Amino acid sequence: MPSAAKPASAPRSRAKPLTRGRVAASAPQRAKLRTKNEAEAAGTAKPASPAAAPPVELPEPFAGWFANRGWTPRAHQLALLEAARDRRSSLLIAPTGAGKTLAGFLPSLIDLAAKGGRRGNRAPGLHTLYISPLKALAEDVARNLTQPIAEMSLPIRTETRTGDTSIARKARQRRAPPHILMTTPEQLALLLSHPDSDALFAGLDTVILDEIHALAATKRGDLLSLDLARLRAINPDLRTVGLSATVARPTELRAFLVGQKSPQSHIELADLIHVGGGAEPHIEILELDETVPTVGHTSLYAIEEIYKAIEAHRLSLLFVNTRRQAELLFQDLWRNNEKSLPIGLHHGSLDAEQRRRVEAAMASGALRAVVATSTLDLGIDWGDVDLVIHVGAPKGASRFAQRIGRANHRFDEASKAVLVPSNRFEVLECRAAVEAAKAGAQDVTFTRPGALDVLAQHILGVACTGPFNANDLYAEVISASPYAGLSRATFDRVLGFVADGGYALKNYERFAKLKPTPDGLWRLTHPRFAQAYRMNAGTIVAEPLIKVRLIGKRSASRSTLMGGRVMGEVDEYFIEQLRPGEAFVLAGEVLRFEGMGENEAYVTRATARSPIIPAYNSGKFPLSTHLAERVRVMLADENAWSRLPTSVEDWLRLQQQRSAIPGRDELLIETFQRRNLHYLVTYPFEGRLAHQTLGMLLTRRLDRIGASPLGFVANDYGMALWTLGDLSALVADGKLSLEELFDQDMLGDDLDAWLAESNLMKRTFRHVALISGLVERRHPGREKSGRQIAVSTNLIYDVLRRHDPHHVLLEATWSDAATGLLDIARLGDFLRQIEGRIQHQPLDRVSPLSVPILLEIGREAVAGFAREELLREAAGLYASEQE
Amino acid sequence: MLELKPERLAFDDYQDQEISICGKLFRADMSGALYWPAENALIVADLHLEKGSSYARRGQLLPPYDTRETLNKLAAAIDRYDAATVIALGDSLHDIDAATRIGIEDLEILQIMQEDREWIWVTGNHDPHITERLGGHVVGDIVVEGITLRHEPHAGHMTHEIAGHLHPAAKISMHGYTLRRPCFVGNGRRLVLPAFGSYAGGLNILAEPFAPLFGLEGMQAWMLGQEGLYPVASRLLRED
Repeated sequence: MPSAAKPASAPRSRAKPLTRGRVAASAPQRAKLRTKNEAEAAGTAKPASPAAAPPVELPEPFAGWFANRGWTPRAHQLALLEAARDRRSSLLIAPTGAGKTLAGFLPSLIDLAAKGGRRGNRAPGLHTLYISPLKALAEDVARNLTQPIAEMSLPIRTETRTGDTSIARKARQRRAPPHILMTTPEQLALLLSHPDSDALFAGLDTVILDEIHALAATKRGDLLSLDLARLRAINPDLRTVGLSATVARPTELRAFLVGQKSPQSHIELADLIHVGGGAEPHIEILELDETVPTVGHTSLYAIEEIYKAIEAHRLSLLFVNTRRQAELLFQDLWRNNEKSLPIGLHHGSLDAEQRRRVEAAMASGALRAVVATSTLDLGIDWGDVDLVIHVGAPKGASRFAQRIGRANHRFDEASKAVLVPSNRFEVLECRAAVEAAKAGAQDVTFTRPGALDVLAQHILGVACTGPFNANDLYAEVISASPYAGLSRATFDRVLGFVADGGYALKNYERFAKLKPTPDGLWRLTHPRFAQAYRMNAGTIVAEPLIKVRLIGKRSASRSTLMGGRVMGEVDEYFIEQLRPGEAFVLAGEVLRFEGMGENEAYVTRATARSPIIPAYNSGKFPLSTHLAERVRVMLADENAWSRLPTSVEDWLRLQQQRSAIPGRDELLIETFQRRNLHYLVTYPFEGRLAHQTLGMLLTRRLDRIGASPLGFVANDYGMALWTLGDLSALVADGKLSLEELFDQDMLGDDLDAWLAESNLMKRTFRHVALISGLVERRHPGREKSGRQIAVSTNLIYDVLRRHDPHHVLLEATWSDAATGLLDIARLGDFLRQIEGRIQHQPLDRVSPLSVPILLEIGREAVAGFAREELLREAAGLYASEQE
Repeated sequence: MLELKPERLAFDDYQDQEISICGKLFRADMSGALYWPAENALIVADLHLEKGSSYARRGQLLPPYDTRETLNKLAAAIDRYDAATVIALGDSLHDIDAATRIGIEDLEILQIMQEDREWIWVTGNHDPHITERLGGHVVGDIVVEGITLRHEPHAGHMTHEIAGHLHPAAKISMHGYTLRRPCFVGNGRRLVLPAFGSYAGGLNILAEPFAPLFGLEGMQAWMLGQEGLYPVASRLLRED
C-alpha cells in the first residue's frame, strides 16, 4: 500500500532525541498501568483522543462481519491498520481479552483479501509469519483464525509448523507455502537455514510476534532477533507487529521489533500502541486467624479456605511457584475434597498427553479447579476461569499481573484473585504484590547483550544457506537490537569459533567447518555440517530429564523391569538422590522408586504414608527487586504492622525486642551461638540467587581469616552461615571487621577463584557448549540424549579453562552465569548501597526473624562447597570402619 | 555438616594410598596412575590421546588440548615417583590414526619422558597397532613378577591381574550430596585402573561389567579427588 499523508491526529514523536518511533495510545489512557519509563516514552506523544478515530476504516467484508457480530472495531485495531498502511512496525500492549490477536492479524487478512480478490485468485506465497513462544499457542491461534476466514469466505490459507508437524507436510510447506504460517522461533531458524529460504521469504510482508515479552531478553529471543534481521535483509520492507500483555520493558521490546542503524546515533523504535487496562483487578489476601507458619512453602493451614473458594466459583486456577508445591497442594486438596470436585494438575514434569487432557477438560468446563505452575502463564485461552488463587508469594509484580489476567478473559470485567501466603515472610511479600498490582507497577528488567553461543549457532545456520560475506553478516547481526553493541572483534572471534574452533594455541584448520573462498566468502566445507546443524538448532537446552515409567508390582520383583505407562519426567539430579524403595510424588500419585532402566526410572504405586516430595530444580523464581524494595519499606514502617495478621505482628515485635528490625537503607547482621556452632544471619532481601552468591563469597573470606565456616543457607529474604569460630568474639576483639567482610571487592578475585571450580559454571558451560554447537545433542545417524553427550562437557571445561582461558565460549559462560545464576549486578548494587550502613547485633540466642532462614538448613544442599571435604569424610568413615 | 576436617582423621596425606594385589604392594596415585615400588614402574591406563581431534574430524571441534593435558599429568606423576619404567595399559591412542595427528610439540613431550626410561605400550581395542613414531616397546600383555598387566580384564574370577579398559567411576551420596569421580577398583586379587586421559569418561562400578570380575563382596574403590585419593566404604556407593 502506498503511504498516505501523515494524519494530524497521530503525531510522530519528535521530542526525544535518542529514540525514533511514535506512540499512539488508544482510549482509555490509564496512567496507572504504566511504568515510569514508559510514561516518559508516552509523554513524547500526544495521545489520540477517543473521539478522533484514526482515518482508516474497515473495508468490506470485514466491516459487515464486525457489524453482524455487534462489534465496532476497537481503536487499537484501527491504529494497527493505519500503521500497516504506512508500513510501520508496532508494539501492541493490551490486556488479555482486548482482541489483541485479531488486531495483529487484521491488516494481513485485509491485505490478503484485497490481493486475492483483485487477481481473481489466491495471492501466491507466504505473506505473514506468526511466531509464538509455545507450540500450543500457535495451534490455538490458528484454530481461532479459521473462524473469521471461513465466515467471510476469505481466499486465505493458514497452516501451523511446529516440532509436531509431519516431515511430508513441512516439505510441502516449503514448496507451496500457506499465506499465513504459525510457528515457533526454532522452526523459523530451521526454515531460514535452507538454501532456498530467500525465495520462500522474498514476498513476506508481516511478522507477528505474540507474547513477545516472554521471548525478548532470553536466548530464544536472541535467536529470534537474528532471524528477524535475516528476514529484513531478504525483504527490507518487512513490517513487524509485537503483541504483549504486560507493559514491562516497552522500550526494549520496541527496539527488538525494528532494525537498528549503524553507527548507532539513536535507538530505532517501533510504534507503541497501548491499550489501558480493563476493569481494575479485585485482589484479596487470605489472612486467617490461624497462625501463619514460620517456614515452608505449603499452605496446608489454609486448605479449607482454599477449598471453600473453589466451591464458590465456576473454574479456579491455582498458581504455585514450583512443581513441588503444585504436587503438594494437589494432594492436600484431594485429601480435603469432600464433594469430589473435579480438580486437575498441570505442570511441566507431567507427560504431554496428560497435560493435553487437562487442557481439554478445562476448555470444556469439566474441571472446577486446576493447580498449575508457569506452564499456564502464557495467553492460551483454555476456559472460563473466574478466580485465580495464588498460593505462595508471586515473587514478581509482572508475573503476578500476568497470572491475575488469567481470570476472566472478558476485557471489561474485573479479574478476581486471592493470594495465600505460605509463611510469615510471604505475608509481607503478598502485601507488597497487592500494592504493586494496584499501582499497576511492573518489574523493570534491563537489557542484556545478545548471547554469543546463540550467535555462533546463527552463523552456522547462515552458512547452511550458502557462502556469505563476513562484512555483510556483521552489519546484519548488529541491526538486531540485542547485538547492536557487538564489536567487530568479538564477532570475528565467534566466526573463528564456528569456522575451526578458534583456539588460541593450536588449530583445527584441516577440520574446519567453514573456509574462506578465493573471493572472500565463507563457505561450508561439507554438507553434513548443515545436516548436523538442523538436528541441533534451537536454544532450549533441557536439564537432563529422566522418564518415569510405572511398572506392575510383579515385574518389579523380577530382575528385569518391564515398562508400562510413562508418568512424566523429572530432573536427573532428583532421581540421582533416590534409592530403590524410596517414595516420591509425581502426577498426583505416590510412587515408589524401583530402579533405573536404560534412561528411565521405574516406579510402582506406593503405599507409603509419608511420601518424600520431589525437590524439582526447575521453577524457582527469585524475588524481584521491585517487590524486595516494597517489603523492606513495609518492615521498616512500624505503624503498618497492626494491619498484618496477629501472628506476623507478634513475630516482628519480638524481633524488635530481642534484636532489631532491618532498616530501610541498613543491613542488619546478627551473630549468635547455638549449640556448639556460631551463626551469622543477614537480611538483604535481594533474592535467593544474590544471597547464594553472597554466601559462597563470605564463607571463602571467613575461611581465610580462620573462622572455619562450615556451610550456609539462603532464601529470598536472607542468608545464614555457620562457623566453628566465635564470630561475636572475633568482632568484639577487632579481629573481624564486618565492613571489610562485606566490602564490594569480594566480587573480584574471590568470585573468580570460586567460580573457576564451581559446578554452576560447569553446568552453564554445558548449555553454552550445546547451543554454540561445540558438542552436539544429536548427530546424524545417532540420536543422543542429554546423558550421553560423548565427551563430558565438564572435562572439556576443565581442559579449556587451563589451556585457553580467554576462549570466546568461556566468555559466553561467564556472562550467562553473572546475569542468570549469580545475580552479580544486583549483589554489586546492594554492596555499594550498604557501605558504611552495617548494623551489627551480637545476640545471646536465635532471633525470631532468623528462624525461617535457619529452618531452611537441611532442605537445600550447599552447592559447590566442600566437595573435597565430602571425600575426606567418606575416607574417614572408611578408616574408622577398618579399625 | 562436614565437621570431619582432615586434621581430625587418622591420616592427612591423601596423595597416594597403598594397595595390595596378591601380596604385592602398590601405591595408587591421585592422578589415576599406579606405582609399583619394587619394580620402580608406573602403570597408567586408557590415555586416549587425540580423542579431541578424533571428534574434530567428524565436525565437533572440541578444544584440542586434551593430549597436552594428559601428557602433562603423566609427566608430573613420573616425576613424583621418578619411575624407571612406564607401562601404558592400552587405549593409549583414541583411534588407529591418532598417532598421525599428534602435534610436534606433544610428540616432543612424549620423547622427553621416554629418555632414560623404559616405555611399554600394551595394545588395546582402540589401538591394536602402535607406530614406531611413538617410541617404546609394543606388547599384547606382559607378566611381571607373576602379575599380568593387560588392557581388558579377563572374564570371571581372575587373580594376579592389573587392567584398564573399563574406565571405572564411583558415585557416593552423603548429606544429600552426590559426587561421581573416576576410581581404582579392586578386591585384593585384581585391580582395574581409572582412565588417565583428560577426555575419558567413566563407568559406574556398580554397573553390569564389574560384578562378574569382583563379585560384590570385598570390592574396594578409591576415588580420585582434586587433592588426594580417597578409599570409600562400599556401603556409600550408589548406582547411576
